[in-house]
Amino acid sequence: MAYSDKTRGAYQEILTGMKDAGLLKVERYIHSAQAAEIEVEFPAGAPLKKVINICANNYLGLSSHPEVVKAAHAGLDSHGYGMSSVRFICGTQDIHRQLEKMITKFLGTEDTILFPSCMDANGGVFEAVLTKDDVMISDRLVHASIIDGIRLCSAMHDTYKHSDMAHLEEKLQLHNDKRLKMVITDGVFSMDGDMAKLDQMADLCEKYDALLFCDDSHASGFIGKTGRGTHEKCGVMGRLDIITTTFGKGLGGASGGCVSGRKELVEMCRQKARPYLFSNTIAPPVVAGVIKVLEILSATTERRDKLEKNTGFWRKGLTEMGLVIKEGDTPIVPVMLFNAKLAQDVSRDLYEEGIYAIGFFFPVVPQGQARIRTQISAGHEIHHLEKALDAFRKVGKKYNILGKSKQEIIEKYGI
Amino acid sequence: MEDMKEIIKTYIINEYVEDDSEVTYDTPLISGGIVDSFSMVSLKRFLENKYKISIPDDKATPEAFDSVNKICILVNEYLK
Repeated sequence: MAYSDKTRGAYQEILTGMKDAGLLKVERYIHSAQAAEIEVEFPAGAPLKKVINICANNYLGLSSHPEVVKAAHAGLDSHGYGMSSVRFICGTQDIHRQLEKMITKFLGTEDTILFPSCMDANGGVFEAVLTKDDVMISDRLVHASIIDGIRLCSAMHDTYKHSDMAHLEEKLQLHNDKRLKMVITDGVFSMDGDMAKLDQMADLCEKYDALLFCDDSHASGFIGKTGRGTHEKCGVMGRLDIITTTFGKGLGGASGGCVSGRKELVEMCRQKARPYLFSNTIAPPVVAGVIKVLEILSATTERRDKLEKNTGFWRKGLTEMGLVIKEGDTPIVPVMLFNAKLAQDVSRDLYEEGIYAIGFFFPVVPQGQARIRTQISAGHEIHHLEKALDAFRKVGKKYNILGKSKQEIIEKYGI
Repeated sequence: MEDMKEIIKTYIINEYVEDDSEVTYDTPLISGGIVDSFSMVSLKRFLENKYKISIPDDKATPEAFDSVNKICILVNEYLK
Protein backbone atom coordinates (compact mmCIF):
# COMPACT_ATOMS: atom_id res chain seq x y z
CA MET A 1 0.00 0.00 0.00
CA ALA A 2 1.48 3.29 -1.10
CA TYR A 3 -0.82 5.43 1.01
CA SER A 4 1.17 5.16 4.23
CA ASP A 5 0.33 6.70 7.59
CA LYS A 6 3.02 9.27 6.91
CA THR A 7 1.38 10.29 3.65
CA ARG A 8 -2.08 10.38 5.22
CA GLY A 9 -0.73 12.44 8.10
CA ALA A 10 0.80 14.96 5.71
CA TYR A 11 -2.57 15.58 4.05
CA GLN A 12 -4.42 15.64 7.36
CA GLU A 13 -2.03 18.31 8.58
CA ILE A 14 -2.74 20.50 5.53
CA LEU A 15 -6.49 20.11 5.91
CA THR A 16 -6.36 20.80 9.64
CA GLY A 17 -4.36 23.95 8.92
CA MET A 18 -7.00 25.09 6.45
CA LYS A 19 -9.76 24.39 8.96
CA ASP A 20 -7.95 26.25 11.75
CA ALA A 21 -7.47 29.22 9.45
CA GLY A 22 -11.20 29.24 8.65
CA LEU A 23 -10.49 28.48 4.98
CA LEU A 24 -12.13 25.06 4.72
CA LYS A 25 -15.01 25.10 2.26
CA VAL A 26 -18.08 23.16 3.39
CA GLU A 27 -20.90 22.15 1.05
CA ARG A 28 -24.53 22.73 1.93
CA TYR A 29 -26.90 20.10 0.61
CA ILE A 30 -29.88 21.43 -1.31
CA HIS A 31 -32.78 19.00 -1.46
CA SER A 32 -34.90 20.89 -3.96
CA ALA A 33 -34.41 22.10 -7.53
CA GLN A 34 -32.43 25.32 -7.97
CA ALA A 35 -34.81 28.27 -7.60
CA ALA A 36 -35.53 31.48 -5.68
CA GLU A 37 -36.67 29.34 -2.75
CA ILE A 38 -34.75 26.20 -1.88
CA GLU A 39 -34.64 23.58 0.88
CA VAL A 40 -31.25 23.27 2.51
CA GLU A 41 -29.67 20.74 4.86
CA PHE A 42 -27.00 22.60 6.80
CA PRO A 43 -25.01 21.54 8.65
CA ALA A 44 -25.08 17.94 7.39
CA GLY A 45 -27.80 16.05 9.25
CA ALA A 46 -29.74 19.16 10.27
CA PRO A 47 -33.45 19.34 9.45
CA LEU A 48 -34.31 20.88 6.09
CA LYS A 49 -34.74 24.64 6.09
CA LYS A 50 -36.63 26.60 3.46
CA VAL A 51 -34.63 29.69 2.50
CA ILE A 52 -34.53 32.39 -0.16
CA ASN A 53 -31.50 31.93 -2.34
CA ILE A 54 -29.64 35.13 -3.18
CA CYS A 55 -26.26 33.65 -4.08
CA ALA A 56 -26.92 31.57 -7.22
CA ASN A 57 -25.82 32.47 -10.73
CA ASN A 58 -29.38 31.67 -11.78
CA TYR A 59 -29.74 35.21 -13.16
CA LEU A 60 -32.65 34.50 -15.48
CA GLY A 61 -34.40 31.97 -13.25
CA LEU A 62 -34.17 29.34 -15.98
CA SER A 63 -32.42 26.56 -14.02
CA SER A 64 -35.71 24.82 -13.30
CA HIS A 65 -37.95 26.49 -15.87
CA PRO A 66 -40.65 23.99 -16.93
CA GLU A 67 -40.04 24.50 -20.65
CA VAL A 68 -36.30 23.96 -20.24
CA VAL A 69 -36.84 20.84 -18.13
CA LYS A 70 -39.31 19.53 -20.71
CA ALA A 71 -36.85 20.18 -23.56
CA ALA A 72 -34.09 18.37 -21.68
CA HIS A 73 -36.41 15.39 -21.17
CA ALA A 74 -37.19 15.36 -24.88
CA GLY A 75 -33.48 15.61 -25.73
CA LEU A 76 -32.76 12.68 -23.43
CA ASP A 77 -35.42 10.61 -25.22
CA SER A 78 -34.40 11.56 -28.76
CA HIS A 79 -30.59 11.78 -28.47
CA GLY A 80 -29.73 9.66 -25.46
CA TYR A 81 -27.80 10.24 -22.27
CA GLY A 82 -24.17 10.44 -23.36
CA MET A 83 -21.86 10.22 -26.35
CA SER A 84 -19.05 7.98 -25.10
CA SER A 85 -16.71 9.80 -27.45
CA VAL A 86 -14.97 13.09 -28.01
CA ARG A 87 -16.41 15.38 -30.68
CA PHE A 88 -14.08 14.56 -33.59
CA ILE A 89 -14.37 10.76 -33.32
CA CYS A 90 -18.08 10.02 -32.92
CA GLY A 91 -19.22 12.50 -30.28
CA THR A 92 -20.93 15.17 -32.39
CA GLN A 93 -24.69 15.13 -32.89
CA ASP A 94 -26.85 17.38 -35.05
CA ILE A 95 -27.97 19.25 -31.92
CA HIS A 96 -24.38 20.13 -30.95
CA ARG A 97 -23.89 21.91 -34.26
CA GLN A 98 -27.39 23.40 -34.03
CA LEU A 99 -26.52 24.90 -30.65
CA GLU A 100 -23.23 26.29 -31.99
CA LYS A 101 -25.09 28.04 -34.79
CA MET A 102 -27.70 29.42 -32.39
CA ILE A 103 -25.02 30.81 -30.06
CA THR A 104 -23.25 32.40 -33.03
CA LYS A 105 -26.46 34.18 -34.00
CA PHE A 106 -27.29 35.15 -30.42
CA LEU A 107 -23.88 36.68 -29.71
CA GLY A 108 -23.49 38.20 -33.18
CA THR A 109 -20.22 36.44 -33.95
CA GLU A 110 -18.88 34.39 -36.91
CA ASP A 111 -18.73 30.89 -35.42
CA THR A 112 -18.85 28.98 -32.14
CA ILE A 113 -17.37 25.82 -30.64
CA LEU A 114 -18.78 24.09 -27.57
CA PHE A 115 -16.65 23.06 -24.61
CA PRO A 116 -17.55 20.87 -21.61
CA SER A 117 -17.43 24.05 -19.49
CA CYS A 118 -16.30 27.66 -19.76
CA MET A 119 -13.46 26.69 -17.45
CA ASP A 120 -12.38 24.34 -20.26
CA ALA A 121 -12.98 26.98 -22.94
CA ASN A 122 -10.71 29.41 -21.10
CA GLY A 123 -8.25 26.63 -20.34
CA GLY A 124 -7.88 25.68 -24.00
CA VAL A 125 -8.40 28.76 -26.11
CA PHE A 126 -5.17 30.71 -25.58
CA GLU A 127 -2.77 27.87 -26.37
CA ALA A 128 -4.86 27.03 -29.43
CA VAL A 129 -4.65 30.48 -31.01
CA LEU A 130 -1.39 32.02 -29.74
CA THR A 131 2.30 31.11 -29.89
CA LYS A 132 5.48 32.04 -28.06
CA ASP A 133 5.87 35.01 -30.42
CA ASP A 134 2.67 36.60 -29.11
CA VAL A 135 1.60 38.41 -25.97
CA MET A 136 -1.49 38.21 -23.75
CA ILE A 137 -2.35 41.37 -21.84
CA SER A 138 -4.97 40.68 -19.18
CA ASP A 139 -6.90 42.71 -16.62
CA ARG A 140 -5.56 41.95 -13.14
CA LEU A 141 -8.97 40.79 -11.90
CA VAL A 142 -9.86 38.24 -14.58
CA HIS A 143 -11.44 34.95 -13.53
CA ALA A 144 -9.27 32.08 -12.25
CA SER A 145 -10.06 29.96 -15.32
CA ILE A 146 -8.48 32.61 -17.56
CA ILE A 147 -5.39 32.68 -15.37
CA ASP A 148 -5.12 28.90 -15.72
CA GLY A 149 -5.53 29.14 -19.51
CA ILE A 150 -2.84 31.80 -19.66
CA ARG A 151 -0.50 29.58 -17.64
CA LEU A 152 -0.99 26.80 -20.17
CA CYS A 153 -0.11 29.05 -23.11
CA SER A 154 3.42 29.65 -24.40
CA ALA A 155 2.77 33.30 -25.30
CA MET A 156 4.22 36.03 -23.10
CA HIS A 157 1.87 37.31 -20.44
CA ASP A 158 1.46 40.77 -19.00
CA THR A 159 -1.25 42.47 -16.96
CA TYR A 160 -2.81 45.91 -16.64
CA LYS A 161 -4.39 47.47 -13.57
CA HIS A 162 -8.08 46.69 -13.25
CA SER A 163 -10.06 48.62 -15.89
CA ASP A 164 -7.23 51.17 -16.22
CA MET A 165 -7.29 52.13 -19.88
CA ALA A 166 -4.20 54.34 -19.72
CA HIS A 167 -2.24 51.44 -18.25
CA LEU A 168 -3.60 49.09 -20.91
CA GLU A 169 -2.45 51.49 -23.61
CA GLU A 170 1.04 51.61 -22.06
CA LYS A 171 1.15 47.83 -22.24
CA LEU A 172 -0.01 47.78 -25.85
CA GLN A 173 2.82 50.18 -26.68
CA LEU A 174 5.34 48.16 -24.68
CA HIS A 175 4.48 44.98 -26.57
CA ASN A 176 3.84 46.52 -29.97
CA ASP A 177 6.64 44.50 -31.59
CA LYS A 178 5.00 41.15 -30.85
CA ARG A 179 3.54 39.09 -33.71
CA LEU A 180 0.05 39.11 -32.17
CA LYS A 181 -1.32 40.88 -29.14
CA MET A 182 -4.43 39.78 -27.29
CA VAL A 183 -6.20 41.90 -24.67
CA ILE A 184 -8.10 39.74 -22.18
CA THR A 185 -10.91 40.73 -19.85
CA ASP A 186 -14.07 39.56 -18.14
CA GLY A 187 -17.25 41.30 -19.37
CA VAL A 188 -18.75 41.52 -15.89
CA PHE A 189 -16.28 40.89 -13.08
CA SER A 190 -17.67 38.21 -10.82
CA MET A 191 -16.56 39.50 -7.43
CA ASP A 192 -17.27 43.23 -7.77
CA GLY A 193 -20.06 43.11 -10.36
CA ASP A 194 -18.49 45.92 -12.39
CA MET A 195 -18.28 45.94 -16.16
CA ALA A 196 -15.32 46.10 -18.55
CA LYS A 197 -14.99 49.27 -20.64
CA LEU A 198 -15.32 47.30 -23.83
CA ASP A 199 -15.98 50.36 -26.00
CA GLN A 200 -12.67 51.95 -25.04
CA MET A 201 -10.93 48.60 -25.19
CA ALA A 202 -12.19 47.95 -28.72
CA ASP A 203 -10.87 51.37 -29.79
CA LEU A 204 -7.47 50.67 -28.24
CA CYS A 205 -7.32 47.23 -29.83
CA GLU A 206 -8.04 48.72 -33.23
CA LYS A 207 -5.43 51.42 -32.72
CA TYR A 208 -2.74 48.88 -31.80
CA ASP A 209 -3.93 45.99 -33.96
CA ALA A 210 -4.66 43.72 -30.99
CA LEU A 211 -7.21 40.94 -30.60
CA LEU A 212 -9.89 41.50 -27.97
CA PHE A 213 -11.04 38.62 -25.75
CA CYS A 214 -13.96 38.77 -23.31
CA ASP A 215 -15.31 36.15 -20.91
CA ASP A 216 -18.98 37.06 -20.68
CA SER A 217 -20.09 34.30 -18.31
CA HIS A 218 -21.69 36.76 -15.86
CA ALA A 219 -23.44 38.68 -18.66
CA SER A 220 -24.69 36.38 -21.44
CA GLY A 221 -28.45 36.34 -21.58
CA PHE A 222 -29.18 39.50 -19.61
CA ILE A 223 -26.64 42.34 -19.97
CA GLY A 224 -27.50 44.69 -22.85
CA LYS A 225 -30.85 45.72 -24.22
CA THR A 226 -31.62 42.28 -25.64
CA GLY A 227 -29.36 40.30 -23.28
CA ARG A 228 -26.59 39.55 -25.75
CA GLY A 229 -23.96 40.53 -23.22
CA THR A 230 -21.45 43.19 -22.28
CA HIS A 231 -20.56 43.83 -25.93
CA GLU A 232 -24.18 44.79 -26.62
CA LYS A 233 -24.30 47.04 -23.55
CA CYS A 234 -21.08 48.79 -24.63
CA GLY A 235 -22.16 49.12 -28.26
CA VAL A 236 -19.37 46.96 -29.68
CA MET A 237 -21.20 43.95 -31.10
CA GLY A 238 -19.10 42.51 -33.92
CA ARG A 239 -15.92 44.19 -32.64
CA LEU A 240 -14.83 41.48 -30.20
CA ASP A 241 -12.64 38.73 -31.60
CA ILE A 242 -13.32 36.06 -28.98
CA ILE A 243 -16.18 35.72 -26.49
CA THR A 244 -16.21 32.82 -24.07
CA THR A 245 -19.26 32.12 -22.00
CA THR A 246 -20.95 29.49 -19.89
CA PHE A 247 -24.28 27.70 -19.96
CA GLY A 248 -23.88 27.14 -16.22
CA LYS A 249 -25.18 30.54 -15.13
CA GLY A 250 -27.85 32.67 -16.81
CA LEU A 251 -28.23 30.39 -19.83
CA GLY A 252 -29.96 27.56 -17.99
CA GLY A 253 -27.42 26.89 -15.27
CA ALA A 254 -26.61 23.27 -16.09
CA SER A 255 -23.13 22.97 -17.58
CA GLY A 256 -21.08 23.61 -20.68
CA GLY A 257 -19.46 26.60 -22.29
CA CYS A 258 -18.15 27.85 -25.59
CA VAL A 259 -15.67 29.90 -27.55
CA SER A 260 -17.44 32.19 -30.02
CA GLY A 261 -15.82 34.66 -32.37
CA ARG A 262 -13.79 34.98 -35.57
CA LYS A 263 -14.21 31.83 -37.63
CA GLU A 264 -10.47 31.20 -38.02
CA LEU A 265 -9.96 31.40 -34.26
CA VAL A 266 -12.86 29.02 -33.63
CA GLU A 267 -11.42 26.63 -36.22
CA MET A 268 -8.03 26.80 -34.48
CA CYS A 269 -9.81 25.69 -31.29
CA ARG A 270 -11.45 22.84 -33.19
CA GLN A 271 -8.02 21.70 -34.36
CA LYS A 272 -5.92 22.38 -31.28
CA ALA A 273 -7.80 23.11 -28.06
CA ARG A 274 -7.04 20.25 -25.72
CA PRO A 275 -10.22 20.28 -23.56
CA TYR A 276 -12.18 19.99 -26.83
CA LEU A 277 -9.93 17.29 -28.28
CA PHE A 278 -9.59 15.14 -25.19
CA SER A 279 -12.93 15.36 -23.41
CA ASN A 280 -16.54 14.55 -24.20
CA THR A 281 -18.59 17.59 -25.00
CA ILE A 282 -21.90 18.64 -23.41
CA ALA A 283 -24.38 15.78 -22.85
CA PRO A 284 -27.41 15.64 -25.20
CA PRO A 285 -30.13 16.53 -22.66
CA VAL A 286 -28.17 19.61 -21.59
CA VAL A 287 -27.69 20.65 -25.22
CA ALA A 288 -31.44 20.35 -25.75
CA GLY A 289 -32.04 22.44 -22.62
CA VAL A 290 -29.69 25.23 -23.75
CA ILE A 291 -31.35 25.29 -27.19
CA LYS A 292 -34.69 25.89 -25.46
CA VAL A 293 -33.12 28.62 -23.29
CA LEU A 294 -31.92 30.44 -26.42
CA GLU A 295 -35.34 30.08 -28.02
CA ILE A 296 -36.95 31.63 -24.93
CA LEU A 297 -34.45 34.50 -24.79
CA SER A 298 -34.63 35.18 -28.52
CA ALA A 299 -38.43 35.38 -28.43
CA THR A 300 -38.75 37.90 -25.61
CA THR A 301 -36.66 40.11 -23.33
CA GLU A 302 -39.19 39.66 -20.54
CA ARG A 303 -36.83 37.78 -18.22
CA ARG A 304 -33.84 40.11 -18.55
CA ASP A 305 -36.21 43.07 -18.14
CA LYS A 306 -37.53 41.59 -14.91
CA LEU A 307 -33.99 40.93 -13.72
CA GLU A 308 -33.10 44.57 -14.41
CA LYS A 309 -36.12 45.73 -12.43
CA ASN A 310 -35.33 43.37 -9.54
CA THR A 311 -31.70 44.50 -9.52
CA GLY A 312 -32.74 48.16 -9.31
CA PHE A 313 -35.12 47.39 -6.44
CA TRP A 314 -32.44 45.44 -4.57
CA ARG A 315 -29.66 47.98 -5.00
CA LYS A 316 -31.99 50.83 -3.95
CA GLY A 317 -33.17 48.88 -0.89
CA LEU A 318 -29.66 48.10 0.33
CA THR A 319 -28.44 51.64 -0.29
CA GLU A 320 -31.39 53.26 1.49
CA MET A 321 -30.83 50.91 4.42
CA GLY A 322 -27.34 52.32 4.78
CA LEU A 323 -25.24 49.32 3.80
CA VAL A 324 -22.03 49.79 1.83
CA ILE A 325 -22.42 48.17 -1.59
CA LYS A 326 -20.28 48.15 -4.72
CA GLU A 327 -21.74 50.59 -7.19
CA GLY A 328 -22.89 49.34 -10.57
CA ASP A 329 -25.95 48.15 -12.43
CA THR A 330 -25.37 44.40 -12.70
CA PRO A 331 -27.24 41.78 -10.63
CA ILE A 332 -24.03 41.00 -8.73
CA VAL A 333 -24.33 43.23 -5.66
CA PRO A 334 -21.57 42.84 -3.07
CA VAL A 335 -22.47 44.05 0.43
CA MET A 336 -19.12 45.18 1.80
CA LEU A 337 -18.21 44.17 5.35
CA PHE A 338 -14.39 44.30 5.01
CA ASN A 339 -13.74 41.95 7.95
CA ALA A 340 -13.71 38.18 7.26
CA LYS A 341 -15.27 37.14 10.57
CA LEU A 342 -18.00 39.76 10.26
CA ALA A 343 -18.82 38.45 6.78
CA GLN A 344 -19.11 34.91 8.13
CA ASP A 345 -21.21 36.03 11.12
CA VAL A 346 -23.59 38.06 8.96
CA SER A 347 -23.95 35.14 6.53
CA ARG A 348 -24.77 32.77 9.41
CA ASP A 349 -27.33 35.17 10.89
CA LEU A 350 -28.97 35.79 7.51
CA TYR A 351 -29.35 32.04 7.16
CA GLU A 352 -31.11 31.95 10.52
CA GLU A 353 -33.49 34.57 9.08
CA GLY A 354 -34.15 32.35 6.05
CA ILE A 355 -31.77 34.04 3.62
CA TYR A 356 -29.04 32.05 1.89
CA ALA A 357 -26.08 34.33 1.08
CA ILE A 358 -22.42 33.49 1.39
CA GLY A 359 -19.53 35.47 2.84
CA PHE A 360 -16.44 35.89 0.66
CA PHE A 361 -13.07 36.76 2.12
CA PHE A 362 -9.35 36.39 1.48
CA PRO A 363 -8.01 34.65 -0.58
CA VAL A 364 -11.13 34.69 -2.80
CA VAL A 365 -11.15 38.49 -2.58
CA PRO A 366 -8.25 40.78 -1.51
CA GLN A 367 -7.42 41.13 2.18
CA GLY A 368 -9.72 43.65 3.86
CA GLN A 369 -12.46 43.39 1.24
CA ALA A 370 -14.62 40.68 2.82
CA ARG A 371 -18.24 40.82 1.72
CA ILE A 372 -21.55 39.09 1.23
CA ARG A 373 -21.97 38.68 -2.52
CA THR A 374 -25.65 38.87 -3.35
CA GLN A 375 -26.93 37.86 -6.77
CA ILE A 376 -30.36 38.75 -8.03
CA SER A 377 -32.49 36.61 -10.32
CA ALA A 378 -35.50 37.02 -12.59
CA GLY A 379 -36.81 34.10 -10.54
CA HIS A 380 -37.11 36.38 -7.51
CA GLU A 381 -40.42 38.05 -6.83
CA ILE A 382 -40.52 41.39 -5.02
CA HIS A 383 -41.75 39.66 -1.84
CA HIS A 384 -38.58 37.52 -1.84
CA LEU A 385 -36.43 40.62 -2.07
CA GLU A 386 -38.46 42.45 0.58
CA LYS A 387 -37.97 39.54 2.97
CA ALA A 388 -34.24 39.49 2.23
CA LEU A 389 -34.02 43.26 2.82
CA ASP A 390 -35.82 42.83 6.15
CA ALA A 391 -33.27 40.19 7.13
CA PHE A 392 -30.33 42.43 6.15
CA ARG A 393 -31.91 45.26 8.17
CA LYS A 394 -32.29 43.06 11.26
CA VAL A 395 -28.78 41.60 11.04
CA GLY A 396 -27.29 44.98 10.08
CA LYS A 397 -28.81 46.51 13.24
CA LYS A 398 -27.42 43.70 15.38
CA TYR A 399 -23.88 44.43 14.17
CA ASN A 400 -24.45 48.21 14.11
CA ILE A 401 -23.30 48.62 10.53
CA LEU A 402 -26.33 50.42 9.06
CA GLY A 403 -25.48 53.93 7.96
CA LYS A 404 -21.82 53.33 8.73
CA SER A 405 -19.07 54.17 6.29
CA LYS A 406 -16.31 51.82 5.18
CA GLN A 407 -13.93 53.54 7.59
CA GLU A 408 -16.34 53.25 10.51
CA ILE A 409 -16.92 49.52 9.87
CA ILE A 410 -13.18 48.90 9.64
CA GLU A 411 -12.56 50.89 12.84
CA LYS A 412 -15.17 48.78 14.65
CA TYR A 413 -14.28 45.33 13.31
CA GLY A 414 -10.79 45.66 11.77
CA ILE A 415 -9.79 44.05 8.48
CA MET B 1 23.51 54.63 -11.78
CA GLU B 2 21.34 56.72 -9.41
CA ASP B 3 19.20 57.75 -12.37
CA MET B 4 18.76 54.13 -13.37
CA LYS B 5 17.82 53.14 -9.81
CA GLU B 6 15.25 55.90 -9.59
CA ILE B 7 13.77 55.08 -13.02
CA ILE B 8 13.41 51.40 -12.13
CA LYS B 9 12.04 52.14 -8.67
CA THR B 10 9.48 54.55 -10.11
CA TYR B 11 8.45 51.98 -12.72
CA ILE B 12 7.96 49.31 -10.04
CA ILE B 13 5.93 51.62 -7.80
CA ASN B 14 3.69 52.76 -10.68
CA GLU B 15 3.34 49.28 -12.08
CA TYR B 16 2.93 47.01 -9.09
CA VAL B 17 2.25 48.92 -5.88
CA GLU B 18 -1.43 49.71 -5.42
CA ASP B 19 -1.28 51.12 -1.88
CA ASP B 20 1.14 53.49 -0.17
CA SER B 21 3.76 50.85 0.68
CA GLU B 22 7.31 52.17 0.60
CA VAL B 23 9.78 50.71 -1.88
CA THR B 24 13.50 51.33 -1.38
CA TYR B 25 16.44 50.22 -3.51
CA ASP B 26 16.79 47.16 -1.25
CA THR B 27 13.12 46.21 -0.76
CA PRO B 28 12.69 42.50 -1.64
CA LEU B 29 10.45 42.56 -4.71
CA ILE B 30 9.92 38.90 -5.60
CA SER B 31 10.41 37.28 -2.20
CA GLY B 32 8.46 40.18 -0.67
CA GLY B 33 5.47 39.47 -2.90
CA ILE B 34 5.47 42.86 -4.66
CA VAL B 35 6.30 41.42 -8.09
CA ASP B 36 4.86 37.99 -8.95
CA SER B 37 6.22 35.53 -11.48
CA PHE B 38 3.80 36.75 -14.20
CA SER B 39 4.88 40.32 -13.68
CA MET B 40 8.59 39.51 -13.89
CA VAL B 41 8.11 39.07 -17.62
CA SER B 42 6.88 42.60 -18.13
CA LEU B 43 9.60 44.00 -15.87
CA LYS B 44 12.23 42.24 -17.97
CA ARG B 45 10.64 43.58 -21.11
CA PHE B 46 10.55 47.12 -19.70
CA LEU B 47 14.26 46.94 -18.89
CA GLU B 48 15.12 45.57 -22.33
CA ASN B 49 13.15 48.28 -24.13
CA LYS B 50 14.33 51.09 -21.88
CA TYR B 51 18.01 50.24 -21.98
CA LYS B 52 18.12 48.61 -25.42
CA ILE B 53 19.55 45.39 -24.03
CA SER B 54 18.67 41.70 -24.21
CA ILE B 55 18.62 39.77 -20.94
CA PRO B 56 18.85 35.99 -21.49
CA ASP B 57 15.94 34.11 -19.88
CA ASP B 58 18.29 32.07 -17.71
CA LYS B 59 19.70 35.27 -16.21
CA ALA B 60 16.27 36.75 -15.44
CA THR B 61 15.91 34.79 -12.22
CA PRO B 62 13.81 35.69 -9.18
CA GLU B 63 17.08 36.26 -7.30
CA ALA B 64 18.43 38.66 -9.92
CA PHE B 65 15.16 40.62 -9.90
CA ASP B 66 14.70 40.72 -6.16
CA SER B 67 15.56 44.38 -5.53
CA VAL B 68 16.18 47.58 -7.45
CA ASN B 69 19.88 47.34 -6.59
CA LYS B 70 20.13 43.78 -7.94
CA ILE B 71 18.22 44.69 -11.08
CA CYS B 72 20.64 47.56 -11.74
CA ILE B 73 23.60 45.20 -11.41
CA LEU B 74 21.96 42.85 -13.93
CA VAL B 75 21.16 45.65 -16.40
CA ASN B 76 24.67 47.03 -16.19
CA GLU B 77 26.09 43.64 -17.16
CA TYR B 78 24.32 43.88 -20.50
CA LEU B 79 24.74 47.60 -21.19
CA LYS B 80 27.30 48.20 -23.89
